[in-house]
Amino acid sequence: MSLAETKAAPSKETRKRPLVVMQSVSKVFSSGTIALSGMSLTVESGEFISLLGPSGCGKSTALRIIAGLGDATSGKIDWPSSRINSQGLPEGDIGFVFQEPTLMPWKTVFGNVYLPLKLRGVSKAQARDRITEVLATVGLQDFADAYPRELSGGMKMRVSIARALVTNPKLLLMDEPFAALDEITRQKLNDDVLRLWKATGITVIFVTHSVFESAYLSNRIVVMKARPGRVHADFPLTTSLERDSHYRTSEEYRRACETASRSLIEAIGGTEEH
Amino acid sequence: MSVESIETSETAPLSVPNPINAKRRDLALRIAVPFLVIGLLIVIWEFYVVLSGVPPYILPGPGAVAAAFINDWGTLAPALWVTTQITLISLVLALIGGVGFAIFLVQSRWIEIAFYPLAVILQVTPIVAISPLILIYAPSTQVALLICAFLVAFFPILSNMVQGLKSVDHNLINLFELYGASRWQTLIYLKIPAAQPYFMTGLRIGGGLALIAAVVAEFAAGSAGAGSGLAFRLLESQYRMNIPRLFAALFMLSMLGVAIFAITSFISWLSLHRWHESSLKREN
Repeated sequence: MSLAETKAAPSKETRKRPLVVMQSVSKVFSSGTIALSGMSLTVESGEFISLLGPSGCGKSTALRIIAGLGDATSGKIDWPSSRINSQGLPEGDIGFVFQEPTLMPWKTVFGNVYLPLKLRGVSKAQARDRITEVLATVGLQDFADAYPRELSGGMKMRVSIARALVTNPKLLLMDEPFAALDEITRQKLNDDVLRLWKATGITVIFVTHSVFESAYLSNRIVVMKARPGRVHADFPLTTSLERDSHYRTSEEYRRACETASRSLIEAIGGTEEH
Repeated sequence: MSVESIETSETAPLSVPNPINAKRRDLALRIAVPFLVIGLLIVIWEFYVVLSGVPPYILPGPGAVAAAFINDWGTLAPALWVTTQITLISLVLALIGGVGFAIFLVQSRWIEIAFYPLAVILQVTPIVAISPLILIYAPSTQVALLICAFLVAFFPILSNMVQGLKSVDHNLINLFELYGASRWQTLIYLKIPAAQPYFMTGLRIGGGLALIAAVVAEFAAGSAGAGSGLAFRLLESQYRMNIPRLFAALFMLSMLGVAIFAITSFISWLSLHRWHESSLKREN
């Protein structure tokens, strides 16, 4: 276990450039709602960032803008270490996991995971090995021929994660991915995401409204504030402990939750706690 | 509590029938019961005709109808073939036209705003009312019938397809955008497959309507000749008071309708049964 981890741990680059830089990005919807107001964020390679905030704070909007789904009204986004394609997006560098599994019900698990490669013109034969590999990493190697309706909610989410990973992206964007799942499944998937993060050195931006989830997963928490959406606090979360079931009951985890929780309450702007 | 659960677990296997046998028996009954009901109705019909002494030119018995069916096969079969052809060709044209026009409509909001009302107007106008015009403009009666049946079958396919193409999960569209899918790829790999259930609904409705329209249009056309369909034979039998033949022609139309229904349902099952909710059996 520990051996595998040290082996797979992301190597420190000598000359580190950030992966994504958001510079005072604002987004105003056509309805006039200001979803984001001057948000700046520098994402370093290999980080696990949680965007934590109340609903309506623009965290999902920020994620979508990073993914290129909808343009920013003002401000700009840079990808200093990526090749940029004609649409101004980093080439093949983003995987996105939505709140819903968002699978095509008429395609098998294999077909769904194949989609990103198919859209790039990779043939099925060429893609097969990679798909088998990525299905194995999410524990679904035996379900390649199953249809989504035959899977449980947690398994569908795993397919969605496998699809996001199949292109070997540098950045994984997750938009409240496990919010609709039960607590036990969610914890299991959280552990899986952590394992993937450690094994691949991928950068993750994880949108959540759960203090506990953010404290458990991330090594940096960005707390956001609503109306208009903006960054309220941005703090690192370091621990010497292995993030596993023991961490969940540790004093450090408790303190991390407390810090995040206090910051979130400030962001909500109330003294709602009693 | 624990005692009870032990008891049920012991008795349960005894009361559970062999699932394969049960399934077969269920299937056999599902086929047998409707036939029994139809058979019973035919028997009642026969009895009524015999007991009441209704003359055959008003209500023939099933035997007389069967005789007409066999004796007039030479007249009726070509007519059946004509009606089948008109129905199927118009349905295929309506499928091509409906799907094609639906894809065209959803390309832009303005295209839809401009053209959709036209399609609705065409639909809500009773086809019998347009048929005299169509008869004037069409080069032949057959073509006129084809146009009528096409117009009727076209709309349900169009409206279902438009609905289907627009009901795609927005996040799936986002996903395609994220991976830089072209408009064409999004259409082929996402929108059209997602619209399948809607298309199948349109197909089943359109298939039934194409037959109805083919018959109604022929009534309106009222033409005689070698290329006449079953509707004309129906009218002709009525004029000649050949009621057994009328029944036989009617029976053929019903069978044609049943066949179209069965085929379209089967196509729908083929394309949806593996993944769509509508083809799922409820397990509880």
